[in-house]
Amino acid sequence: MVKTVFKRPKSLKENVFHYCPGCGHSIAHRIIAEVIDELDIRGITIGVPPAGCAVLAYNYFDIDMIEAPHGRGPAMASAIKRSLPDRVVFSYQGDGDLAAIGIAESFHAANRGENITIIFINNAVYGMTGGQMAPTTMLEQKTTTSPLGRNRTLDGYPVKVSEIFSRLDGVTYLERCMVNSPLNINKTKKAIKKAFQCQIDGLGFSLIEILSPCPTNWKMTAFNSCKWIDDVMSKDFPPGVFKDNIGQARKNAEDR
Amino acid sequence: MNKVLMSGNHVIGEAAIRVGCRFYAGYPITPQNELTEYMAEHIRNAEGGVFIQSESEVAAINMIAGASAAGLRVMTSSSSPGISLKQEGISSMAACELPGVIVNIMRGGPGLGNIRPSQGDYFQATRGGGHGDYRTIVLAPASGQELADLTMAGFDLSDKYRNPVMILADGMMGQMMEPVIFKKPRPRVYSEKFMLRGAGTGKSKFIRGLLLDPIDSEEHNWKLARKYEVISKTETRFEEYKIDDAQMIIVAYGTAARIAKGAIKRLRVNDKKVGLFRPITLWPFPEIELRELSSKVKHYLVFEMSTGQMLEDVRLSLQGYADIKFHGRPGGAVPTPAELANVIAKFYDKND
Repeated sequence: MVKTVFKRPKSLKENVFHYCPGCGHSIAHRIIAEVIDELDIRGITIGVPPAGCAVLAYNYFDIDMIEAPHGRGPAMASAIKRSLPDRVVFSYQGDGDLAAIGIAESFHAANRGENITIIFINNAVYGMTGGQMAPTTMLEQKTTTSPLGRNRTLDGYPVKVSEIFSRLDGVTYLERCMVNSPLNINKTKKAIKKAFQCQIDGLGFSLIEILSPCPTNWKMTAFNSCKWIDDVMSKDFPPGVFKDNIGQARKNAEDR
Repeated sequence: MNKVLMSGNHVIGEAAIRVGCRFYAGYPITPQNELTEYMAEHIRNAEGGVFIQSESEVAAINMIAGASAAGLRVMTSSSSPGISLKQEGISSMAACELPGVIVNIMRGGPGLGNIRPSQGDYFQATRGGGHGDYRTIVLAPASGQELADLTMAGFDLSDKYRNPVMILADGMMGQMMEPVIFKKPRPRVYSEKFMLRGAGTGKSKFIRGLLLDPIDSEEHNWKLARKYEVISKTETRFEEYKIDDAQMIIVAYGTAARIAKGAIKRLRVNDKKVGLFRPITLWPFPEIELRELSSKVKHYLVFEMSTGQMLEDVRLSLQGYADIKFHGRPGGAVPTPAELANVIAKFYDKND
């Protein structure tokens, strides 16, 4: 008898990902699905995919999902969670979606301390529209709308979502992770699981930022994209736990 | 139930809660703040009632879309500039066939305009407003009682057709106090199969407006169009007032219709035979009913608190079968009935 050591998570459909080879979305999808399986919450989880490359996430996740207009995921997710407090609700957003057009919705969902989870894919570029400058594009980084490199005078600076959001009192758990190596993927999965558990326990808002490769728009090989995250991107966006208020939140909940 | 004296904004809120609205999101803007405040105070007293003061009108409309998908009866409200911001979400709700009621207590425009009553948002309300091929059902109350009745009807229509419904009133309707009787609401009819509440042990589902295949997308557009055709055929509402012997008919809605009634009463004293045709549904517009009237009456005066927007629907309805004149007071100006009576009298006398 052969022992199964690796299989498709139940919370993923049989469909083949449309994502480019080397894209981090596929990895993020898979580990979210694994977490949903492990926590046994497939039947009570509602996901809100964004506008962007992950707009078709409902083709892959075998859970209830509703598409949000660009940037509005956290507003929808907040409302769904308030309407159905015993469900697990997450929004899945890219950097343009969260940090540009949807910064207000994200910021205020975090500030209200909505008991939801945001999975934030940061690949420093607008992927689906063809590689334009994102709010998280780094200084000097070339994109189709910053052809000479992001210029601090003309284009401003990369938005550091985890650093900013971790200062909000409404945030319970916030970690920045990477999906560029098996070790980092495992760490990311652990963080997502912790965030979902935080929500299940009713402890408040959680956000996991994931530095994610976009070889197509970075015009790099998949291997070099993973290396670039280590060598360049993670210097501007250092990984780590930015806020872990879970213990205190649990204590507050018990005191109530 | 006895009559109660309430301001228009409060009437909408109370009617919504009575008919089962359990989710409200909104952002402050004059002249509809009393509605947001009413919901903040009262919706949470209803079981499962949720109130969120959103960070923007954009967030508010997307919140009600989310709560609607979750299966709640939902409402948001704003005034003209805020309604412009909501258009993204209204288009999205129409695409995803999510029910919900949007209240527009219109003010003077364009731009920030002013906070006086106006009717400049007729085009925006009746032509969809946002992008894409869609319509919203638009109800135009002209009294406190109608604010109550049409708010309740709005929720029923919204569920029945799984389409956003707009209550189009103005600052006058919102601020004015009148006696109202709240009728007993009908029980909600809305299938659980349209709700997104977690897959349980069953098949997962998704709600989306994105249809990348143009043939699928075309079919979805035609499906919506067929729905709008049914609505057009079956849901028009209107009121006729003193039209039996009328030589001339005023076409007006909402506050303008109310002022027109006052004017007509004055004109009748002077033996001028003027009547009123008041569309209650602005979309669908009571086109056939108005056209039928043109076999009896040949002179029409459209009166709006705008530069002439419903005027276009009146022209489309009458199709050249009658003479149409227009009088407008845009930008927040509101005439008195006496003033309007003088205007009407001049047009009337020229017809003689």
